[in-house]
Amino acid sequence: MNDRTMRDDLQTVAYYPGCALEGTGHAYNRSTKRIAKKLGLNLVEIDNWNCCGAMEVKNIDPEVQNYLSVRNMAIAKHKMGMDVVMAPCNGCYHNLKKAEHDVTHKEETRKTLKKMADKTGQPEYKPGDVETIHALDWIKYAIGEENLARRVKHSLSGLKIANYYGCMYTRPRHIFPEKDQGEGSESTSKPHFMDDLLRAAGAEVVEFPLKTACCGGAHTLSDCDTSTRLVLNILQAAEACSADVIATECPTCHSGLEMHQIRAEETLGVKTQPVMLYFTQLLGLALGISPRQLGIHENISQSLGLLRQKGLV
Amino acid sequence: MPIHEESLIRPENLRKHEELNIDNVDVSGHWSTFIETRSVADYNENLEREISAFPGGAYIHRCWQCGACTNSCTVNAINPDFNPRYWIYLARLGMEQELLRDKEIIWQCVSCHRCTHVCPRDVEPEGVMKALSHWLEAKGHTPKSQSQHFDEEFYQQILETGKIEEGRIVRNFFNRTGQPLKQPWLIRMVKNLIRGLPIMLMFKMGLSTLFRPKTKDWSKSKHSIEELIEMRELERKKILEGNEAS
Ligand code: SF4
Ligand code: SF4
Repeated sequence: MNDRTMRDDLQTVAYYPGCALEGTGHAYNRSTKRIAKKLGLNLVEIDNWNCCGAMEVKNIDPEVQNYLSVRNMAIAKHKMGMDVVMAPCNGCYHNLKKAEHDVTHKEETRKTLKKMADKTGQPEYKPGDVETIHALDWIKYAIGEENLARRVKHSLSGLKIANYYGCMYTRPRHIFPEKDQGEGSESTSKPHFMDDLLRAAGAEVVEFPLKTACCGGAHTLSDCDTSTRLVLNILQAAEACSADVIATECPTCHSGLEMHQIRAEETLGVKTQPVMLYFTQLLGLALGISPRQLGIHENISQSLGLLRQKGLV
Repeated sequence: MPIHEESLIRPENLRKHEELNIDNVDVSGHWSTFIETRSVADYNENLEREISAFPGGAYIHRCWQCGACTNSCTVNAINPDFNPRYWIYLARLGMEQELLRDKEIIWQCVSCHRCTHVCPRDVEPEGVMKALSHWLEAKGHTPKSQSQHFDEEFYQQILETGKIEEGRIVRNFFNRTGQPLKQPWLIRMVKNLIRGLPIMLMFKMGLSTLFRPKTKDWSKSKHSIEELIEMRELERKKILEGNEAS
């Protein structure tokens, strides 16, 4: 069943790290590149990329946000000759998908973006010029579980993991036409790609009901109390599932969980146990890469103690 | 008529009587609660159009009031007064005063996209929430929300350089909104961060605050973004003023 979903066109993909991966999410950047190298996959960074607008610019104007996304996609296609763009950040991934949806379905968007491209002397982005995928799709389809399991050096067995996907990876469903397409495809209500991969790496994946709950990331600083409350929900649910680790696949979610775990402790006096690790860091450990090379020291959430205790370091 | 769902009625429109006798019939107690009748006269007939002119509000007219948005809403689960379906209803009816009662909480939408995910009419209610809060500010009903400050800081940086630098965003945001940077939880977080960082990386991050990350040849993009925003603002101004004149 695994082989049915494998693809051989993902050996080399255009890589769109985005701003967060050069800032708070640098450990995600580092671990993504490190496992790519280990797995023999080629990441070619998009030339002179710009910010995708995150969750903010669309509130100033949705077409500006689309412009920011398609500029990157057009460079990947027309200047670099790439067909697939891989974005590890949920925000970037979401925005590129949203732009693809809008240029495909909205005449008005196409017109506005064409005008802007002409004015700036950039090639116009046409629907389907590139395919945008997430880092999870990339490992799932380029390597697959069976292949991954064969390459595992230190099994993650004994590590209980709750997989947290957040909002932007699955919602709203209409910008992800490839999801919910039956066996082998990702689900928007119960995403499982991260579960599949970490299970293949030997981890004990817990049944986690808040996989796609919101961490309040959009208001992580502008409405701290709400964010702390939402994050605390997620942390306590993971704890109730007896998870040691919450695996993440988004720099905003990841740092939101880290920050508000501390804030919940400081302002509400509620301490929670689970530590946060990027799924790329967990896969890296399984593949035998050292914690330092995966940037595990750089996480705010301190996980080395646990990893040592589980014999993974 | 007895009122069983008092929570649905504005408290000031409820009339209660300890003892009440109507035409020699004693209706004291449970039977003596009434809803004040009222007629609404202060419609803003242009309200839906105004809101649809703000970013995210374009599809508000499609709503058929199924309630799926409110049902799925992350913030509604914390605060039952946060009610996207109801606000869309008021906006479409032109009931501006009624809408203003919730003006302090509308901006709190966390953009989780649950509503847009389930909406059967492609209203994109998440966008409508953003449009509503920008509209509130543009009409002078509320000061800029924290979230709006954040959006603007973000947008400014992208406009200038094509990229953002998170440290700068945080500092400028705290400055704009007058919040202290020395809150205990922030300090602890930064301490945790510094403890783990290799010296070289700290050095690199320090450099990025001096030499801001930039997209090369950005000026044309900057220009065309500014042009679009100016055009949009003009359109909005016309719609808002057109209303005020009538
Ligand atoms: S889900 Fe959509 S159609 Fe239903 S009430 Fe909300 S906005 Fe209206
Ligand atoms: S996007 Fe906003 S309005 Fe929609 S469900 Fe989430 S919090 Fe509620």
